[in-house]
Amino acid sequence: MSLVARALEESGIPTVVIGSARDIVEECGVPRFLFSDFPLGNPCGKPGDRAMQRQIVGHALDLVESARLPRTTVQTPFVWDETGAWRERYARVDEETIEKLRRAGEARRAEQERARSAGQG
Amino acid sequence: MSDSPITHRRFVSYIDRTREYYAAQGYEKPYRWACHSSVPFTRPTKPLSESRVTVVTTASPFKGQKAREGVLRGDKEVWSGETRETPERLYTDDLAWDKESTHTDDVESFVPLGALRAFAEEGRIGSLARRFHGVPTDYSQRRTIERDAPEIVSRCKEDEVDIALLVPL
Repeated sequence: MSLVARALEESGIPTVVIGSARDIVEECGVPRFLFSDFPLGNPCGKPGDRAMQRQIVGHALDLVESARLPRTTVQTPFVWDETGAWRERYARVDEETIEKLRRAGEARRAEQERARSAGQG
Repeated sequence: MSDSPITHRRFVSYIDRTREYYAAQGYEKPYRWACHSSVPFTRPTKPLSESRVTVVTTASPFKGQKAREGVLRGDKEVWSGETRETPERLYTDDLAWDKESTHTDDVESFVPLGALRAFAEEGRIGSLARRFHGVPTDYSQRRTIERDAPEIVSRCKEDEVDIALLVPL
C-alpha cells in the first residue's frame, strides 16, 4: 500500500496512509502516515467504536492539510488496552510454537514440490 | 521520570517479526521489504472543504467460496466498490493481521466510508468520491509498482479524486 501512496503522490494526488505497521510504512517511505499503536487489523479504530473511528479519520484529514514535508508521521493518542499483551502475539515464535512452525514449513514445501511435479507431468 | 521506563523499543517491528517467523518455518531467504531514501510529496491544491476524498483498502470483496478460492490462489486484482453504503463485510482472511487479538467484522474499522460520509454531510470535506478501491497485497513489489498502482492512479483520476486515504490492514 505504501507503494501505491508513492504512485498517487507522484501523479499529483495527495495521500495519507492510516496504519499500524510502523516500521514497514516508514522504511518504504510515504508522504504522510497516521499511526495508531494497535494490533494489525483495525487501523481506523476499534471495531464498533464509531467515536474513535471518526476521530482517527479526522486526524488523517488534518494531516493532509498540515504536513509540510514528506515522511510526516503523526501518532494518534489511542491505547488499544492497558496490558499491551497484544504486542507479543502476532507471528509469535517461542518454545510453544517453534516445533509447530518447523513442521508447517516442511509440509508447505512438500506440498509445493508435489504441485510442481504434477505441473511438469 | 517517564511513565514506565523501557529497555527495548515498544513498537512491534513487523519486519523483524516476519523474518523470524518464516525463518522458524525453515525459509532461509528473508523477504526484502521496499525501502526508499526519497519520498514524493504533493501539497493539496484545494481546501479540504472543497476536496473529493476516496479510500483504498487491501481487503477484497466477499463474493462467496469461488472468489475466496481465487484470492487464496493469488489471482487478485484491483477492484472498486460504491461508497454509498459501507459493505457489510469484506474478505480479509488472506491478509496478515493479528487474528488472535482482534477481528475484522466491523468494516468501518478499516474502510471508513461512514465516517467520510458524515464529514461530507457536515462540509468538512467537499465530497466522498463515487467509488473506493481495493489493491492486492502482492509478494511481488514489481507487480504492485507496474500493474496495480498505475490502475489505482487511473481510477482515482477518472473519479477526479483530490485526496486518497490509504488503509492497509
